[in-house]
Amino acid sequence: MNGLQIPLEHVLIIASFMFSFGLLGLMLRRNIIFMLMSLEVMLNAAALAFVAAGAKWAQADGQIIFLLILSVAAAEVAVGLGLVLQIQRRFKTLDMDTAKRMRG
Amino acid sequence: MAGSNYLWLIPFFPLLSATLLMVTAGQLPKKIIGFLGAGSIALSALCVALQAQHFLASGEIMQVTLWTWMSVANFAPGIAFYIDGLSIVMMSVITGVGFLIHLYSLEFMDDDSSYSRYFAYMNLFVAAMLLLVMADNLLLLYLGWEGVGVCSYLLVGFWYRDPANGKAARKAFVVTRVGDAAMALGLFLLFTELGSLDIQTLLLAADSKWQSGDLIPTIATALLLGGAVGKSAQLPLHTWLPDAMAGPTPVSALIHAATMVTAGVYLIARHYSLFLLAPITLEAVAWIGLATLLIAAFTALAQQDIKRILAYSTISQIGYMFLALGVGAFSAGIFHLMTHAFFKALLFLAAGAVIHCLHHEHNIFKMGGLRTRLPIVFWSFLIGSAALAALPFTSGFYSKDPILLSAWAMPNIGSYLWAGGLLGALLTAIYSFRLVFVVFFGEAKTLPNKQPGWKMSLPLALLCLLSIIGGWFVLPLDHVFPAYSHGEINHSVEIISIATPLIGLAIAYGLFLGKQLSISGFTQSTLGKALQSFCFSGWRFDALYQLLWVCPYQVLAQLWRNEPIDYLYRGIVSLMQWSNEQLSKLQSGELRWYATSMVFGLVILVLIMLRSLS
Repeated sequence: MNGLQIPLEHVLIIASFMFSFGLLGLMLRRNIIFMLMSLEVMLNAAALAFVAAGAKWAQADGQIIFLLILSVAAAEVAVGLGLVLQIQRRFKTLDMDTAKRMRG
Repeated sequence: MAGSNYLWLIPFFPLLSATLLMVTAGQLPKKIIGFLGAGSIALSALCVALQAQHFLASGEIMQVTLWTWMSVANFAPGIAFYIDGLSIVMMSVITGVGFLIHLYSLEFMDDDSSYSRYFAYMNLFVAAMLLLVMADNLLLLYLGWEGVGVCSYLLVGFWYRDPANGKAARKAFVVTRVGDAAMALGLFLLFTELGSLDIQTLLLAADSKWQSGDLIPTIATALLLGGAVGKSAQLPLHTWLPDAMAGPTPVSALIHAATMVTAGVYLIARHYSLFLLAPITLEAVAWIGLATLLIAAFTALAQQDIKRILAYSTISQIGYMFLALGVGAFSAGIFHLMTHAFFKALLFLAAGAVIHCLHHEHNIFKMGGLRTRLPIVFWSFLIGSAALAALPFTSGFYSKDPILLSAWAMPNIGSYLWAGGLLGALLTAIYSFRLVFVVFFGEAKTLPNKQPGWKMSLPLALLCLLSIIGGWFVLPLDHVFPAYSHGEINHSVEIISIATPLIGLAIAYGLFLGKQLSISGFTQSTLGKALQSFCFSGWRFDALYQLLWVCPYQVLAQLWRNEPIDYLYRGIVSLMQWSNEQLSKLQSGELRWYATSMVFGLVILVLIMLRSLS
């Protein structure tokens, strides 16, 4: 148990790549389902960074936070999917660019 | 009923009657309106007569404080009267001539629908004018001063349905207001310098505090002179008086000839000792009087409206009074004020009778031949004109002659003032007899449709009498003004002064009646026509003021009408609206746009934090 086998930097690089892709997906995708998925990716990237950091310094905090993020993500998905259903029902579309009523 | 305890009755009667007439607003029967209107002035005149008799017998100056008007720190003007010889003369003229004019009005205004309103205003005017001359402090005097101004405004615009009359009323009000503003400044200055507005206290304090020729009294008197010039229609504020003829003729007789317009003369005479401290102002008074009397006399020569001729002659005669005051002959000025009140009221009332009997005709060239048709009016007019022209043995002669001689006696400038006054006298004789000859001689062009009744004839007859014998009255002014004597005057000067009006009469006869003289060749020439139209328009003063004051004012008003300062505030408002539009476009409801902008904001924040850390 001498901590992390993989260098922390690698994990963080992967995490930041994942976060960036998630962010890009959020910004570029128009479908609400894909946007939610991108959000999940971002959450997981953050969780990965926590886990890696926890392993690096042999602290349980990282895993605790991971569990917290997991539950937050689950709750978010539950609410999000509910909203998706409502949007589908009202606008007959999941394209967020067309599903808007504000005119600025 | 004489003595200071009863002084308050004098202005009280007209004021009460005015209040009653205003409150009842014409609901009273006509007889009662007339009874109130003329009766109140009669009572007032009676009181004045008793007081005058008392005063002449005892010679005591009456002073009474009815109540304190207001009391702030050491400033406590009272509703208080100060009656000396000057006040007695003014009060007698106001109530005496005023009563005759009210009596005359009963018939003149008989068929007018606003009978009650007319008498309400007239009574209010008399009350205000009495306050003006009885006041013992300048503040009360100013109250009366503004009161007569308001009544003048109301009466000039009496027939308000014609917009031209309203315009004339506004002009009278605004032009006199220019003078009144100067006068108010004068009062402020006197109060700050001397600490009192009580006239007698103030004059004493001024005498002990200042030397002759000091700056402060010069400024103060110049400001007072401004007020006097405005009210008395002297140069350069005389333009309102001819237009004020838009009012009913008895109003012109009472306000714009006999009493109100002489208030300026009274003001200067009342403060004569203050004016003596300012020789420059006093000389200015003389020159203003001279310039005014000449300009007005020339203008009167070219007029065709019977009332405008008389209006210009009023301006001219008040010019004589100013001339008298300016050369220090205060008694002569007040004497001329009184005789002028008699004969000018007579002339106006006679003119009113002509207008009344001639279907409201004003143009003298459409009259003519009235000598036999309106004999009473003719004799009144003849006597009035004779007095106006100062023919020997009329009242005007006895009052105007001392003025000319006093002017002659003035050192250095005396001969110029005398010559100018003499030229004025010549012109006066010409225009007044032009009026008589054109209106009453020759062939009739319009026939009268009625004759004046007793209510019109009686005042005319009494005023005729006064115009003749008024010259023999001895005014109780000895203790008011310093003794004045113009010394020994060369007899040739006296003879020339006496002969001039007669020459004027002869010229008028030759031009307008006997036709021995003819100036048609001159009047038909280009120069003659230009001169005639120049005089007819009153030396183009109205056009000048239009150009100098009215036009710039209108241009400014037009400019400010769009409220340029508001552009700034409107600019701020539009900026706000524009920003609102731009910013509200951000609230597009596009989820991806929100997310993107959040990310960019975050990135920028992080960058800033990194910079501050490093």
